[in-house]
Amino acid sequence: MQLPPALHARLAGAPGAAAPLPVQRDSLAGNAPFRFAARQVRFPREHEFFEDGDVQRHLYLQDVITQVAAEPERPRVPEFTCQVAGCCQAFDTLEDYEHHYHTLHGNVCSSCKRAFPSGHLLDTHIQEWHDSLFQILAERQDMYQCLVEGCTEKFRTSRDRKEHLVTHHLYPADFRFDKPRKGRRPASQVSTEAIGEDRAPSEGDAMEVCSEQAEAHSEPPRERRVYSHRIPSTVCFGQGASRGFKSTKKRSKRQ
Amino acid sequence: MWSGRRGLLRSSGCGVEELRCRRREREAALRKARREQQLVSKRLLRDEATEEAEGGCVVVILGEAEIQEFLRLAQRGTEEKERERALVSLRRGLQHPETQQTFIRLEGSIRTLVGLLTSNQALLQLEAARCLHELSHSEQSAVAEACLPATSYLLTYLSGHSSDFIELCLYTLGNLIVESEAVRRQLLPQGIVPALAACIQSPHLTVLEALGYALSQLLQAKEAPGKIIPLVLGSTLPQHILQLLQPGPKLNLGVAVEFAWCLHYIICSQVNNALLITQGALTTLGLLLLDLAAAVQRTEDAGLELVCGQLVCPVVRCLSNLLTEAAAETVGGPMQLRDERVLAALFILLQFFLHKQPSLLPEGLWLLNNLTANSPSFCTSLISLDLIEPLLHLLSVSNVVSVLVLTVLCNVAEKGPAYCQHLWPGLLLPTLLDTLALSDTEVVGQSLELLQLLFLYQPGAAQAFLQQSGLQALQRHEEVAQLQDRVHALQQTALHG
Repeated sequence: MQLPPALHARLAGAPGAAAPLPVQRDSLAGNAPFRFAARQVRFPREHEFFEDGDVQRHLYLQDVITQVAAEPERPRVPEFTCQVAGCCQAFDTLEDYEHHYHTLHGNVCSSCKRAFPSGHLLDTHIQEWHDSLFQILAERQDMYQCLVEGCTEKFRTSRDRKEHLVTHHLYPADFRFDKPRKGRRPASQVSTEAIGEDRAPSEGDAMEVCSEQAEAHSEPPRERRVYSHRIPSTVCFGQGASRGFKSTKKRSKRQ
Repeated sequence: MWSGRRGLLRSSGCGVEELRCRRREREAALRKARREQQLVSKRLLRDEATEEAEGGCVVVILGEAEIQEFLRLAQRGTEEKERERALVSLRRGLQHPETQQTFIRLEGSIRTLVGLLTSNQALLQLEAARCLHELSHSEQSAVAEACLPATSYLLTYLSGHSSDFIELCLYTLGNLIVESEAVRRQLLPQGIVPALAACIQSPHLTVLEALGYALSQLLQAKEAPGKIIPLVLGSTLPQHILQLLQPGPKLNLGVAVEFAWCLHYIICSQVNNALLITQGALTTLGLLLLDLAAAVQRTEDAGLELVCGQLVCPVVRCLSNLLTEAAAETVGGPMQLRDERVLAALFILLQFFLHKQPSLLPEGLWLLNNLTANSPSFCTSLISLDLIEPLLHLLSVSNVVSVLVLTVLCNVAEKGPAYCQHLWPGLLLPTLLDTLALSDTEVVGQSLELLQLLFLYQPGAAQAFLQQSGLQALQRHEEVAQLQDRVHALQQTALHG
C-alpha cells in the first residue's frame, strides 16, 4: 500500500476537517434488491472479530519476561547505615534502603513506635490508641472507621468493626493491622490479640505460627465462637491450622 | 518513552525454527482458549539478574523436611542474613511445581509465609512476597488459591511506599485475579478497586505498568460487566487512566499499553460509555493515535515497534466502539472527533503494520467504517487526502478485508454524485471487475452494492462497465442465491439505463 507523500505532512499539520462535499441522495439507493445502508458497527467483547488481536495481546503478555538482565544494574554504593536513631541496619543499594526505611521507619507512631504500611492505617492507629478525645467521643457515637479504603462505615466498638471487616470485607479475623487497644475497654470486648501488644514491638513482629496455638487463653468462650463460625472457609491459614487467637504466650525476643 | 526494560522472547539456545514452532503452538492454544472464553495469561516477575548472580537457574525440588527447616530458620533464625538466605532458598525451590505442591500441603506453611510478609523486616518481607508470587503464578488452582489468606495484606501494602514491593504485590494480585471467580469474589469486598484507585497515583512507571496489568485482568473477567466495571466507573480510575494515555513527553508506552487494554474491556462491555466520552476519551484517544503514527515513522527500534503495535490495537478498538455512542454524535460538541489527521494517522499505521501485525488491518478498517459511515466530512477527507487508491490496493489481502474496504467505499459513494465523481474513473472500475471474478459471496455482494451506487450517481459508469465486459463478469453469479436478484437488477440498469 503506497501512501501519498503529502499524508505525512498532513499528520504533522494543524488540526482540521475538510469542508464536506454536498450530500445528495437518490431514494433509489439501497432499494431492494439492494440493501446497503451506511452504518456504524459495534463489537461486543467476546466477538470473534477480536480473536486475532486478543491472541496477539496474550502472546505479548506471555512473551515479555520482566526484569531481564538488560535492565541497568542497580548501582551499588559503599555500604552505609540507616540514619534513624537506634537503627543500625546497613545497605549497599538505595532501593534496599528505601524499602527498609518505608517498612520500618515510615508511617511510624511517635508514641509507641509501631510501624504501619500506610499513612491511613497510621492515622487510624494514632486516633484510636493515643487520642483521649477519641475515647470520649467513642462513648457516645460511632467512631471506629472501617479500615478498607473507600468504605465509609463507622462503628461503636473496635470489635464491631472487626466483625464488619470479617463478614463484609472477608478479612482474616487476625488481621495484623487491626489490634484493638487494651485498657479502658471492658474485658469482654478485648480480644486476646491485644494482650501482649503493650510491649514496644520488636523488629521481627511476625505472626506466630508456633505450636503453642490458641489452646490456653483466658478468652470468654462466647467471643471465640462468634468469630469461628463467621470466618469464611476460604480464609484458612494453611491446611487445617487451628484458627484461634494468639494466646498469652511469651514473645520470642528477636533482633 | 518506553523504558526498554522489557525483553523480547529470551533465546535460551533454541534454534529459530524451534522458537517459531513453539510460538505457533502457543498461538493455537491461545486461540482455542479464547473460543472457550478462557483466555487468561499470568505474569511472572523474576529477577533474572539476581538469579544469575545466585549461581544459575537450577531449580531444586525441596522436600517437606527442607521446607520446614527453611521456614523455621526464616522465622526464628538469630541472624538476619541467615533468615534471608533461608527464604531465598525456599523461594528458589518454589519455582518448581513439586515444591509448590509439597509446600501448600504442609500445615502452617502459608500462615508462616504470611507472617513473614507482614513482618517489619524489609528484606524478609520482600522474599516472602516473592515466594507468594511464585505460588500465584502456578497453573494449579490449589497452589494459586493457597495465596488467598494473603490478599488483604497485599491490598493493604498497595498504599505503601516501596515501589519494588508494590510492583510485586500487584503482579501477584494480577495472577490471583485470573485464577477464578471465587478469588475475585474475595478480592472485591476486600476493596481491590479503591486500593487500585489509590495506587494509580504512584509516580513509579513499574508500579503503573503492574497496576495496569492487574486491572486489565480484573476487567477481562467474565462477570466484569455486571460486577466489576460499574465499580471501576464509579471510582476515580477512569480519569487517571485517561491521563496516563495522554500523548506527550510523559507518555510511557509500556504503561499505556496496559491501560489502553483496560479501557477496551470497559468500553466493549457497554456499561456506561457516555461517561467516558464526557471525560474526554475520544479526544485523548484521537490524539494518542496521531502520536503513535508519528512515533512509528521516527523509530527503527524493533522493540519499540512491537509495543506501539500493542498500543494501536486497543486504541483503535476503543475509538471505534466509542464512535457508535450517541454521545459521540452531539454535533459541534467539544467531545466529538472531527480531526482529519486521524485518517492520516490511521493509514500510516495500517501501512506500517501491514506485515508486522496483520491483525490490525481489519480492525483499522472497522474504525474507518465507523468514521466515514455518517460523516460527509470524513468521506470528503478520504478523497482530498488521496486515500482512495491506497484503499483499493488493500482489496487483495483477504475476504474479510475486502468486504470492509468495499463497505468504506460504499460509505463514500452513497453520499451522492459529488462523492462518486471523485471515485471515478481511476482504478475503481478495473478493481471492481477483479473482485467480481472472485467467488466469495460477501465480497461479490458488496461489490454489487457499490456498483448500484455508481450506476445511480455517476454518469457514464454503466456504459464504461459494459465496455469493460462487465456483463460477462456478472454472469458468473447469476445462479447464486444471495446474489442473483442484485445481479439481474444491475444487468437491467447497465443495458437499459
